[in-house]
Amino acid sequence: MTTQSTLKRQEHIAGYLFILPNLIGVLVFVVLPVIAGLVLSFTRWDLLTPPVWINIDNYKQLLHDPLFWVGLKNSAYYSLLTVPAGIVVSLLLALLVNIPLKGINIFRTIYFIPVVTSITAISLVWKWLYNPEFGILNFILEKFGLPPQQWLNDVHLAMPCIALMSIWRSMGYNMVIFLAGIKAIPTQLYEASRIDGANRFQMLWHITLPLLKPTLFFVLVMSIIGSLQVFGEIYVMTNGGPGNATLTYNYFLYQNAFLWFKMGYAASLGYVLFLIIFVLTIIQFKFLGARISYEVF
Amino acid sequence: MKRSLIEVIFILFILSCLAVMALIPFFWMLSTSFKESGKVFTYPPQILPDPFVTEGYHKIFTLIPFAKQFLNSVIVTSLVLIGQLICCSLAGYSFARLDFPGRETLFMIYLGTLMIPGYVTLIPTYIMMRFFGWINTLYAIFVPGLFGGAFGTFLLRQFFMTIPKELEDAAKIDGCGYFRIYSTIMLPQVTPALATLGVFTFMGTWNDFFWPLIVINSEEKKTITVAIATLSRSYYSTDWPTLMAGATLSLIPVLAVFFSAQKYFTEGIVLTGLKG
Repeated sequence: MTTQSTLKRQEHIAGYLFILPNLIGVLVFVVLPVIAGLVLSFTRWDLLTPPVWINIDNYKQLLHDPLFWVGLKNSAYYSLLTVPAGIVVSLLLALLVNIPLKGINIFRTIYFIPVVTSITAISLVWKWLYNPEFGILNFILEKFGLPPQQWLNDVHLAMPCIALMSIWRSMGYNMVIFLAGIKAIPTQLYEASRIDGANRFQMLWHITLPLLKPTLFFVLVMSIIGSLQVFGEIYVMTNGGPGNATLTYNYFLYQNAFLWFKMGYAASLGYVLFLIIFVLTIIQFKFLGARISYEVF
Repeated sequence: MKRSLIEVIFILFILSCLAVMALIPFFWMLSTSFKESGKVFTYPPQILPDPFVTEGYHKIFTLIPFAKQFLNSVIVTSLVLIGQLICCSLAGYSFARLDFPGRETLFMIYLGTLMIPGYVTLIPTYIMMRFFGWINTLYAIFVPGLFGGAFGTFLLRQFFMTIPKELEDAAKIDGCGYFRIYSTIMLPQVTPALATLGVFTFMGTWNDFFWPLIVINSEEKKTITVAIATLSRSYYSTDWPTLMAGATLSLIPVLAVFFSAQKYFTEGIVLTGLKG
C-alpha cells in the first residue's frame, strides 16, 4: 500500500517536472501577456510616463478613428481578394497533381517551393517584378501589346498586387492539405460509380467535392485567420500606401504601438482583432460546419 | 479509365505552365543578383545577366554586416529549435503518459492558448522584454521561443499516445526511471514527429520578421529577414542586384532544409491541417 502510493507520488512529481519548462513558457509568454494586454487596453501609455487608467476610452476612441475603419476595410478587402481565389487555385492544383502521371512528384515539389520562402525576401523579389519602369511584368505586358501599369504605386492595383503574391506564395500549402483530403476518400466510391457509368467530371462533382467539404471548411477558416495577419508584405512593398490603400488593420496596429508608442491604444486594437477572429470562427462553425456534415452524410 | 496521349500531353502542358509561374520570381531574383548595378535599369530588361558579375554579393557583405546578421539568424534559430524540441517533447510525453492531478485542466488551458492570435500577446511581451532590458539583444528574439509553445506539445502528445504501452511497462519492471523511459524508449519512437516539429520551427523562426523587427534596432543585432527588409527601405532601395543577392542568400538555408526534409514538411502540414 505504501509503495503503491509512493510510486503514484513519484509519477505525479515526474509529470509536473516534465511539463515545467514548457509550462513556464506558455504561462509567461502567452497566458500572462493575454491578461496584461487586456489590462493595458484600458490605459494610456507611451512607455515614458507612467500608464494612466482611462476605462474604455481606447475602445470608444477607435470607433471614431477613421484609420481604424480604413484598416478594417482594407483587411476585409485583402481577405476577399486572397481567400476565395486562393482556395480555388490550390484546389485545382491538388486535383491536377493527384493525376497519376510519372514524375508528378516533381510538380508537387515545385508548387510547394514558394511556401518555404521568407515573406520579406519574396516580397522584395515581387516588388522588383512589379517595378513600373524596369520590372519584368510591364515588359511582359508590352510583349502582349498591353499598356504598362503602375502596379504598387496605383491606388487601385496595390492591394490586388499584394494579394496576387500571397496567393502565389500559399497555393502550395493548401494544395498539400487538399491533396491529403482527396487521398483520404475511399477508392471504392470511385469504383462503384465507374460501374454505374459515371464519367470523370461526374465523379469530381458528386464524390470528390462533397467529401472534401470538411477539408475545404478547415482551409477556409485558417485562410481567413491567416489573411488578417498580413504584415511583412506591406512593410516591404508599400508601407501602407499609396494613400492608405494598403494600410491593413495590423499594419495600423504596428504603427500605433511601435511608431507612435500608443501602447494602450494598440493593445485595444489587438483585442478587437481577437474578438473579430473569434466571432468569425464561431459563425463559420455554426453555419458552414453544420451544413457540411449534413450534406456529407 | 485510361487517359489518351493527347489528354496526357495537355495535362503536362498545364502543369509545366504552372511550374514556370511558380519559379519565375526565383529565376528573376537569381538573374538580377548577378547583374551589374547599372544594367538593371535598361529597357528592355536583360533576361540573363550580361556581364555576369558577383558585385551584388560583395556589396551585401560590405554595405551591411551581413555575415554577422546571418550568424544571428543561425544562433536564434538553433536555440529556439533545440529548446522547442526538448521542452515540447518533455511536456508532450507527460501529457500523454504520466498521471498527475490537474492534467486535464492544464491541457484545456493549452488548447485554449492555441486560439490566441499573436497580435494580442505582442505588446505585453514587448514591454516584458523592455523590463528585462533585452531590447536590442538577441535574448529578446529567442527567449520567448525557447520554452516551446502549446502547439508543439500538442502535436507531440498526439504521437506519444500512439506508442504501445507495453514498451514502457517492460522498462518499468526493469526499474527504469521516467527520464530514462522518456529518453531511451519513447523519444526514438517519435523521431518522425520530432523531425516534423523541427522543420516547422526552423522555417518559422528563420523566416520570422515582425518580432525581430520590433525588438531590434541596431544593424549588428538584426536577423537577415529584418536586415533585408530595412535595407530595401534605405538609401539603397534601388540597388536591386545587392537586394536580390541578399534575398537569394537568405533563402538558401530554408530551401536546403526543405529539399532534404521535404517529406516532413508535407506530412506536418497534413497532420496539423487535419488533426489540429
